[in-house]
Amino acid sequence: MGQTSAVNAGNVFAHLSDEALVALVARSDDAAFAELYDRYDRLAYGLACRILRDGTLAEDAVQDAFLTIWRSAARFSAERAPARVWILTLVHRRAVDLVRHQERRRTEQLPEREEKGADAADEAVWLRLQRERVRDALGQLPDQQREAIELAYFGGFTQSELAERLGQPLGTIKSRMFSGLARLRELLDDATPEGDPWSGTTFTS
Amino acid sequence: MERDDIHELTAPYALDALDAQETRAFEEHLRDCEACREEVAVLRATAATLAHDAPAVAPPPELRSRILATARAERGNVVPLRPRWAAPVAAVAAVAACAAVGFGIWAATLDQTLGNREAALRNQARALAVAASPGARRIALTGGHGALVVTPNRRAALLLADLPEPGAGKVFEAWVISGGAAAPAGVFSARDRAAAVALERDVPAGSTVAVTIERSGGVQQPTSTPIVRSTSA
Repeated sequence: MGQTSAVNAGNVFAHLSDEALVALVARSDDAAFAELYDRYDRLAYGLACRILRDGTLAEDAVQDAFLTIWRSAARFSAERAPARVWILTLVHRRAVDLVRHQERRRTEQLPEREEKGADAADEAVWLRLQRERVRDALGQLPDQQREAIELAYFGGFTQSELAERLGQPLGTIKSRMFSGLARLRELLDDATPEGDPWSGTTFTS
Repeated sequence: MERDDIHELTAPYALDALDAQETRAFEEHLRDCEACREEVAVLRATAATLAHDAPAVAPPPELRSRILATARAERGNVVPLRPRWAAPVAAVAAVAACAAVGFGIWAATLDQTLGNREAALRNQARALAVAASPGARRIALTGGHGALVVTPNRRAALLLADLPEPGAGKVFEAWVISGGAAAPAGVFSARDRAAAVALERDVPAGSTVAVTIERSGGVQQPTSTPIVRSTSA
């Protein structure tokens, strides 16, 4: 009945897909924007922290990415990519931009894959399962492919920087990245089928 | 960058491992190369999954406040809702574009006796979200103009045009009819004779949706002949 809507108005977004939320954000719905932020804040901030290794810079990256979402949601097309991919790509790209301006990174070792900063009680079950799944898939890649992908994605190194750092021709680096991503995709597809357009709602659990 | 090599940049691009100049050149290439666009879409989806390898960390609450405050402050400068909304809808699904253009959905409201404009707007937003969902199907209506839209997991919205005037103290009520039984699925009114309504219950395969005119506030069982009926969902 009609009353149901009024009663449920507080959590009306919970059942919406990420794509539907982006469509609402495109019409400047700030409540939908807040819901989108709440679904992705820990993942986005965790990613930015891993890349930037600095909380303040990570906040900058997340803020810039989310304001880009706010400003350009109308141009988002669900046909090109799921909203999840769009959001994480924006966060990643901004974090990489920022880390490339941090000169100190050039001389440091690549970041350790350690659990630092992970608070088990703080991490939703779903996120923890996802992480185990991705970590497991990464672990199955040949070392050279994993190295190229991790240095690029989490280290923010360009392909040319990697070629120099690893003493390999540029073509080899590109090919390791491609083969690694393709293999990773197979491994992840095997682990979990996707396709439920409402699956984004589980982010809140 | 040699022309022959540019197709090989899909993976570095998906990993954000190109420098600024290479990125610009490759994005220019992407505009003309369907094959690379498709490959990038697939590789990007995989690359984005890598984000899960980083431990999730709760950001400081101030970050949320700051982002939301900035967004709200900017909103003052952004006006026309229609064009901004119409664009993504058209891109998402033809059915949604059709709804946005043809049915004056902005005018729909829930029963005003609820006195809850917010709820009405939320319902309208949900209807649009249903219509814009990937994989949503459009189901024809008899007895009225518009469509029933059903998502793959059976959420549904009615998009209606040219509705009759219900009369004083009357409202429209939607029903999901399954196995010979009608279950109430929401009360609504129209404006400019049009409405976009997210149904309050799922629409199982094989059921139909109908709309009747009922007394204000709605009823538990239909008391009149449907003015609009869907074909089998």
